[in-house]
Amino acid sequence: MDPVYIARHPAAAWRRLEDEVIVISASDSSLFTLNEVAAEIWECADGRTPLAEIVAQHIVTRYDVGFDEAYSDARELVEQLAGKGILIVSGEPITGGDGR
Amino acid sequence: MSRLLGEVHEKALRLGIPWNVHLDLTWRCNLRCVHCYLVQREGPELKLEEVSRVLEELAACGTLFLCLSGGEVMLREDLFDIMERARRLNFYITVKTNGTMLEAEAVRRLAELNVARVDVSLYSHQPEIHDAVTQAPGSFARTMAAVRELTSRGVKVQISHVLMRQAAASYTEVRRLAAELGATYKLDATITPRLDGNAGVLRLNVPDAIWREIYNDPELVGPLMPDSPRSAPSALAELPCSAGHTACYISPFGDVYPCVQFPLRLGNVREQSFEKIWRESPALLRWRAVRNADLVVCRTCELHNVCSRCPGLAYMEGDLLGPSRLDCEKAYARTGLRPAPLAE
Repeated sequence: MDPVYIARHPAAAWRRLEDEVIVISASDSSLFTLNEVAAEIWECADGRTPLAEIVAQHIVTRYDVGFDEAYSDARELVEQLAGKGILIVSGEPITGGDGR
Repeated sequence: MSRLLGEVHEKALRLGIPWNVHLDLTWRCNLRCVHCYLVQREGPELKLEEVSRVLEELAACGTLFLCLSGGEVMLREDLFDIMERARRLNFYITVKTNGTMLEAEAVRRLAELNVARVDVSLYSHQPEIHDAVTQAPGSFARTMAAVRELTSRGVKVQISHVLMRQAAASYTEVRRLAAELGATYKLDATITPRLDGNAGVLRLNVPDAIWREIYNDPELVGPLMPDSPRSAPSALAELPCSAGHTACYISPFGDVYPCVQFPLRLGNVREQSFEKIWRESPALLRWRAVRNADLVVCRTCELHNVCSRCPGLAYMEGDLLGPSRLDCEKAYARTGLRPAPLAE
């Protein structure tokens, strides 16, 4: 499995509200709410931790789901968020995201 | 407000989060606008480290939307240090400025820091009228140059048009100018008293006929009548305003208020943490207990559905629970129906 790295886009502003994360893009003011699992992944998106490690350590251990299914869902999620312009996805560690 | 933003706002209210904070970094200004509501005040502004601490407290309390303003905010030499720290804390930042000090390098920094929007004040599409309001010859040209530089760098700009008697009919032209510049347009048709209660500037308000025109312009407000459909029932709808519930204002000297236009002092961040003021200020808790049903005159007014009653204005007019005469006049202009306080 090729490593995948994710970083919050530097134009994304966000806050956790209880079990959700609210994200708003400074680029176009579009607003997103991320559910509990997506919020976990979002908060771990530092550009340095591989997605597989995030899923293994923060999703599989906390929710009743196997790694393969969780990783597949996570890949789909991060691609969607990248498509919305609020997350950066790369095969290399990322500098310049909001993890800086 | 979009449905999603409305839902998030409701959630912020339920959780007691100061979702929108307006932080003035200075009251100093390089212009001398004739209608300005700020008062001269001596005393030290919050220093960079104090502002940083406040930003950290706001982030911990859940604030997302941060408006940095003044005075003229560009007079703060540490403005970009403050913005960098705010962005590291993941705030959505908007900036209010007159634009006259925004040169290319500053604009580049604003773009680099992903400032969501810059609100630029404009008073007319005619340079001589704008400059007469600011009492600064050449200010119109400098403001226009800043707007062009901002939009060329991809920074979103909103022209904040304060309409006043000197240019009462100018809103159509200023709106057109904003569109030509690639900016959005926001009309503010109400001149409010100075924060010390001095109401002399109210003479600058536009004549009633212009208010009537504005409030029936479909592109601005559109016609509204008492039987206009109400928004869905919500916790917010029971409140006189979001000020002090999900919004607040912090002055350059650290004083906390429910809103920039609501001079009910709640505390000072140099003396207490922001969170302590937000959670425990006696004045704020008293204000938070007020519901629309407690507004002695307004609760029975047939125009309550179309009135933009501002509790800060009512407070400055002398009765927090009473009507704001200025808003009664606007409701009258909007509907042609005379609210009870104007009949007295």
